[in-house]
Amino acid sequence: MTLQDVKDILDAEMIVGGDKLDMEVKTAFGADLMSDVLAYAKAGSLLLTGLTNPQVIRTANVLDIAAIIVVRGKKPPQETVNLADEMHIPILCTKYILFETAGRLYQKGIVGCVEKVQSKS
Amino acid sequence: MELSSIINALSLRVVSGKDNLSNAVTGGYVGDLLSDVMGNGKSGDLWITRQVHQNIVAVASLKDLAGIVLVNNCEPAEDTIQKGVKEGIPIMISEMPGFDVAGKVYNLIKKDHHE
Amino acid sequence: MRGESSEQVLNGQKIFEELFIIEGGNFNKAGEVASRIKVILKNMGIPDELVRRAALVAYESEINIVSYAKQGYMKLTVNPDLIMIESIDEGEGIVDIELAMQEGYSTANDRIREMGFGAGMGLCNIKNYSDYFDLRSKIGKGTYLKMIIESQQKNPKTE
Repeated sequence: MTLQDVKDILDAEMIVGGDKLDMEVKTAFGADLMSDVLAYAKAGSLLLTGLTNPQVIRTANVLDIAAIIVVRGKKPPQETVNLADEMHIPILCTKYILFETAGRLYQKGIVGCVEKVQSKS
Repeated sequence: MELSSIINALSLRVVSGKDNLSNAVTGGYVGDLLSDVMGNGKSGDLWITRQVHQNIVAVASLKDLAGIVLVNNCEPAEDTIQKGVKEGIPIMISEMPGFDVAGKVYNLIKKDHHE
Repeated sequence: MRGESSEQVLNGQKIFEELFIIEGGNFNKAGEVASRIKVILKNMGIPDELVRRAALVAYESEINIVSYAKQGYMKLTVNPDLIMIESIDEGEGIVDIELAMQEGYSTANDRIREMGFGAGMGLCNIKNYSDYFDLRSKIGKGTYLKMIIESQQKNPKTE
């Protein structure tokens, strides 16, 4: 599905990245621990989180996350919005809790992702 | 719906609270920050998290949550299991990521409401 | 945040080096160095997967410096065989390295946890994503981390 579909399904508000609505997304990762995201999330996934600090954007940048969905009606502070803008990472805000957000997207075919990189040792 | 139906449908591994698997699950909550769950979780919610610290048991107990599902095959700390057993809080483990667990539980609860 | 960068040729091998300064306690800037490293590596034409892993280990160690030290440095070295990231901080040091390496163990305060870190996963992530990893710490002095990501893939990393 496209980011536009995601926006519709979640009745979400686009905060950053309105020019990327035709981007295709297939997988998602939901978490409030950035280290957890760093350990598991796959490039090109949606990141569903309740956090809004700038580290969410940094994490998304490091992992090439497709877009961030901020849940539970939270609005990111200006510094987060600015950083997302600078790094071209879309942010959508939805009023739904993470459980409902995941449920709605899962119902429409988005799946979770676990891509653990293994070291050699 | 009954917690045991979700356990069967998702093949969850139960590590504590085996006497309370008939708990009614009325909703779900995904969250890794204890203060968030304390503030926003509702009684009867099934809590989906990757936190394994023993404090999750206290949160589940205080909020009357239906149970805790640990995702990504996270093993709970030994004192977490002990506390779960003592307080009768069902702690379950899933191999799936939180997103899929939430998606599946969401669909099960929805279907249950429609029937 | 930027120190100096240099490019030199040693034994016919091109070596790139850059040193970054990291300010302890400044969470607004935490992650800037990792983002910068990512851009540098991308511009060198290094494959995405390697860039991602390098940025990730740099990011986790940067968060550690910001969380636990007054100041720190990070050095990026790139040659045709590997990407090496070293981080050195002037912090309290790690009392028990074995314990610190255990997943779930953390001494983070609430502020760090609210940011989504401090869940005791950082060092595990760093170890899992590097091909070579070394951690040395002196109590009251600081901590040194060395992380290497090999450019020549001897065997595939991802499952």
